Amino acid sequence: MRRLAAIVALAILATLPLWVSGTYYVNIASQVLFYAIFALGVNVLAGHAGLVTLGHAGLFGIAAYAAAKIMNAGYGHLSVATGALVVTLMAAGIFAVLALRGTGLGFVMITVALGQIVWGVAYRWISLTNGDNGITITGRPSPLGLSLTTPTRFYWATLIVFVVAVVSMAIFVASPFGASVRGTRDQPRRMNALGYHVWMIRFLAFLFSAFWSGVAGLLYLYYNQFVSPQAVALTASAEALLMVIAGGSATLLGPIAGAGLVVVMKNVASAYIERWNFVLGAIFVAIVVFMAEGLVPGVARLARRARGR
Amino acid sequence: MSLWAVLAVNSITLGGLLFLLSAGFSLIFGLMKIPNLTHGSFFMLGAYFATSLIARGFNFWAAALVGGLLVAAFGGIIERLILRRLAGAELAQVLVTLGLSFMIADVCLMVWTGDPIRIDTPAGLRGATSLLGMGFPTYRLAISLIAVIFAAGLWALLDRTRLGAMIRAGVDDPAMARVVGIRVSRLFTVVFCLGAWLAGFAGVIGGPILSVYPGLDQEMLPLALVVVILGGSGSLLGSLVGSLIVGFLYNFGQAMFPELAYVVLFLPMLIVLVVRPQGLFGRQAL
Repeated sequence: MRRLAAIVALAILATLPLWVSGTYYVNIASQVLFYAIFALGVNVLAGHAGLVTLGHAGLFGIAAYAAAKIMNAGYGHLSVATGALVVTLMAAGIFAVLALRGTGLGFVMITVALGQIVWGVAYRWISLTNGDNGITITGRPSPLGLSLTTPTRFYWATLIVFVVAVVSMAIFVASPFGASVRGTRDQPRRMNALGYHVWMIRFLAFLFSAFWSGVAGLLYLYYNQFVSPQAVALTASAEALLMVIAGGSATLLGPIAGAGLVVVMKNVASAYIERWNFVLGAIFVAIVVFMAEGLVPGVARLARRARGR
Repeated sequence: MSLWAVLAVNSITLGGLLFLLSAGFSLIFGLMKIPNLTHGSFFMLGAYFATSLIARGFNFWAAALVGGLLVAAFGGIIERLILRRLAGAELAQVLVTLGLSFMIADVCLMVWTGDPIRIDTPAGLRGATSLLGMGFPTYRLAISLIAVIFAAGLWALLDRTRLGAMIRAGVDDPAMARVVGIRVSRLFTVVFCLGAWLAGFAGVIGGPILSVYPGLDQEMLPLALVVVILGGSGSLLGSLVGSLIVGFLYNFGQAMFPELAYVVLFLPMLIVLVVRPQGLFGRQAL
């Protein structure tokens, strides 16, 4: 049943450009996919490890900026991708060492501060990041000789990365490592008493989370061919967290649904109303106050109740 | 040489403003364990309210007091209607206050437009005062003085009055405070309003220096966070020392390494976190 649903969903996603008319919607679908990858990455920390991060746009942005710098230095696609991800993981290592000095609120505060540092560098260190004007890259790369310039091709490439991300998440959730990460969230003391290295488990979860955030940042850069401080602002971190919480944290489908909701809302709402930030804030408040568990678990609960009757 | 003196005065001024902002933040955080991410918005909102009040003929100081009170009332409503429902759920509080700050920022943009608004320096405090043979802007000296007065007042309130004793009891052990008959719930509202008032007031008196513009909230909030992480939450002395450190780092950092001002600002915070995670004057871990 579950496997069938996954195959059907994959078939729908793979053929989407064929039955959806207009590149506008294909582009939105690509955005949903790479933001879903980002949200899945944030979910590893915020959902499974119980470490709420408000600085992940910093890592997302570091990947995008690093890739843009490496690409503009004239390197090929492979070096760009690996270079950007290595830089992101190194930054994430530093972030993790600092942020894991605290848990709970302390962790949130430190990630906010770290995210703001990245923003400050992106905005003010003009010789490195070109400040508010951002960095433009010329053309999407063509890995293995395949051009990604058309929206449909870019969509398919993103879809492949997305599927890899989802599969890696499913493996992570089912693995002993995934179980120990959830253990450090629910019972850190007991985990410690059982001989688990709680700090190391959290550190590795942070790196895993940062890896997918970096991949998403890379796709973001390829999609927009441009990166500016806006990508690393606190709003961006908050949006990613909103995707996770709105969809349902610590679930596989939740962050994906959340990413879909936020991206579609953002594109649709911004066409009709100018005040997107107000809507974002209002959704935030409404979800936290009325549906704290998130949409996917909430809807699942309603469905179970309907079936039970 | 006089450049350094001017920078030092600017640093103390910013430190004073930050103290007013972060003292409330730190108290709210220490007492209620609420990471109030709307605190920067309170600062901005106070300044915007004051611009409208001054445009309606209020005098500067009246506008500062009333603007602060409006922000305090607004903070009280948020605390009573929303945060109260989420008691104990810290993550939910982070998200709600963040969501509210987005909404406030957008409403401000709608009402007061995107152009920066300058608040005029109050008459009588314009010009320069000469001190030790050098001229300093009078208004900046006045802000430093106001901050000192407020620091003394807050210290007296917390350390010498019955209300202060109740607040300290609430910070240390809310459950025991309830047992001995302190209405911690009402205390929460009082402290939240006080914190909001301080932030709003700081926004107004900071107006002549910083002026008011969209994004001011997002600029002040991280500074308040750094102050509290540096100084330790729930500690007045920590807020004061932290504010001064941040004030100096920000001004000197901007003068000496303009591109790295932000890094210079956050670096000491990171060092403190590594060496002393509870902050310089904090008692328990964050």
